[in-house]
Amino acid sequence: MIIETPNSSVGKLNAQEILQAINVTISYSGNPAIDNLSLSVPEHQITAVIGPSGCGKSTLLRSFNRMNDFIPDVELKGRILYMGEDLYSSEIDPVEVRRRIGMVFQKPNPFPKSIFQNVAWGPSINGYTGSLEERVEKSLHQAVLWDEVKDRLQDSALELSGGQQQRLCIARALAMEPEIILMDEPCSALDPISTAHIEDLMFELKLRYTIIIVTHNMQQAARVSDFTVFLENGRLVEFGNTQEVFTRPKEKRTEEYVTGRFG
Amino acid sequence: MKNQSLRQRYAIGRIFHLVCVGLTWLGVFVLFILLFHVSREGVAWLDLQFLDSFPSRFPQKAGIKSALLGTVWLISFTATISIPVGVAAAIYLEEYPKRSGISHFIEINIANLAGVPSIVYGILGLVIFVRFMGFGRSIVAGSLTMSLLILPVIIIAAREALRAVPTSIRQSAFALGATHWQTIRSQVLPVALPGILTGVILALSRAVGETAPLIMIGALTYVAFVPEGPMDPFTVLPIQIFNWASRPQDEFHQVAAAGIIVLLVVLLMMNGVAIWIRHWAERRQR
Repeated sequence: MIIETPNSSVGKLNAQEILQAINVTISYSGNPAIDNLSLSVPEHQITAVIGPSGCGKSTLLRSFNRMNDFIPDVELKGRILYMGEDLYSSEIDPVEVRRRIGMVFQKPNPFPKSIFQNVAWGPSINGYTGSLEERVEKSLHQAVLWDEVKDRLQDSALELSGGQQQRLCIARALAMEPEIILMDEPCSALDPISTAHIEDLMFELKLRYTIIIVTHNMQQAARVSDFTVFLENGRLVEFGNTQEVFTRPKEKRTEEYVTGRFG
Repeated sequence: MKNQSLRQRYAIGRIFHLVCVGLTWLGVFVLFILLFHVSREGVAWLDLQFLDSFPSRFPQKAGIKSALLGTVWLISFTATISIPVGVAAAIYLEEYPKRSGISHFIEINIANLAGVPSIVYGILGLVIFVRFMGFGRSIVAGSLTMSLLILPVIIIAAREALRAVPTSIRQSAFALGATHWQTIRSQVLPVALPGILTGVILALSRAVGETAPLIMIGALTYVAFVPEGPMDPFTVLPIQIFNWASRPQDEFHQVAAAGIIVLLVVLLMMNGVAIWIRHWAERRQR
């Protein structure tokens, strides 16, 4: 299915589209935070969402796994299709959506429990009947954390460093075996070395998962992503191949933003 | 000129500091005088015989057994009733998204109920539990009345504890596909538990010391038996103490002092348990 969008660069995407936003408007108490936005997210790629503070990046991201449901007075118009299914149709259970579309938050937020329990909790509450040990080990391997924590799985997750905690949160999301992982500025609370760890990890993860990352850090978007979305004031300004968006942007505002002239 | 005003400001700061220290110690000092007075009068009367005897016309034979056991009965039942109701109400008000004005209405009422004098609860208990529901002057009627009295306190304390749980914990639970119940049960409640329990125990210790509503519903002052079931009449420590203190004989005043020591020990034990539970639960989380 090809969605017509105001931006022609979308047509150049040849990977399969896993997530599509069609004329999406999201408002808080009547004030639009996302204004008539259409977008197609390709599968097994990293899509970065950039833009100045308050442009609606996080709002958009949180609409993809219905985390906005918890904010009172939020209203969404338009459709968000996940593999062709409308995430906001009345037949869709938001809990089911969040099982398939995982999320990593800005600040590392492990549960105040053991490392093992942090990863095992998701599968265990979702009726996973296989070996939790295996699932935990696999997820920690995927998050490149296993070697650092394998001898202390029963220790509290709060004893880990910030970067380790964030990788634990990624492992926790991976343990659900989601299709898509949403990352909301996952490195903004981390030091450069931890950030590098997480960026390396993202390259590995994209073989299996689709990643959408919101970031304030332009270099990070340029380094890790395959596609870039530039938002301003809730509107999609430009969406395309990352290299093109950063080197030959079509819109003047994009050029001004990525070269650091504002924002 | 400048220096002088600075010195003046320092002086004001020092005076304020001294006033705070003085007033703090004033409170502690009064408390110590009270404790000293009570122990001097009562310690001599405090022995196993005192703990294991029923009230009597003779101060030498008088004991606190029925009142102590009455208090244990009353508090056990009050806890059984008020903890589930109070915690459930707090979870409803704090964890479920606010619809309509109903929860707002409930909130205002709870805040107001916390300030209602305890004697008013006594009248309510007398009308509803003792007479209308026909529980008589029993432990059940007393416990229900006490539960009403401390429910607002439990609800407010439990809500504070729930509110102190970081939102990020709920969000990450929801983002893992947890339902509302799974999130509350496995992530929110364990974190809030120490706070909830501390609030509950402080509320229960208030119930231990409360007299007025029980006098209102007609708890007996002279009980020469141990309550054997929830429908039995009963007395509690503060009523027994009040009874002894209002006798003309000087010996009975000393017996009352001994009773006060027992009451204080019970309260201190409950607070000790609260502290212990909080430490235990916090260690388990780390």
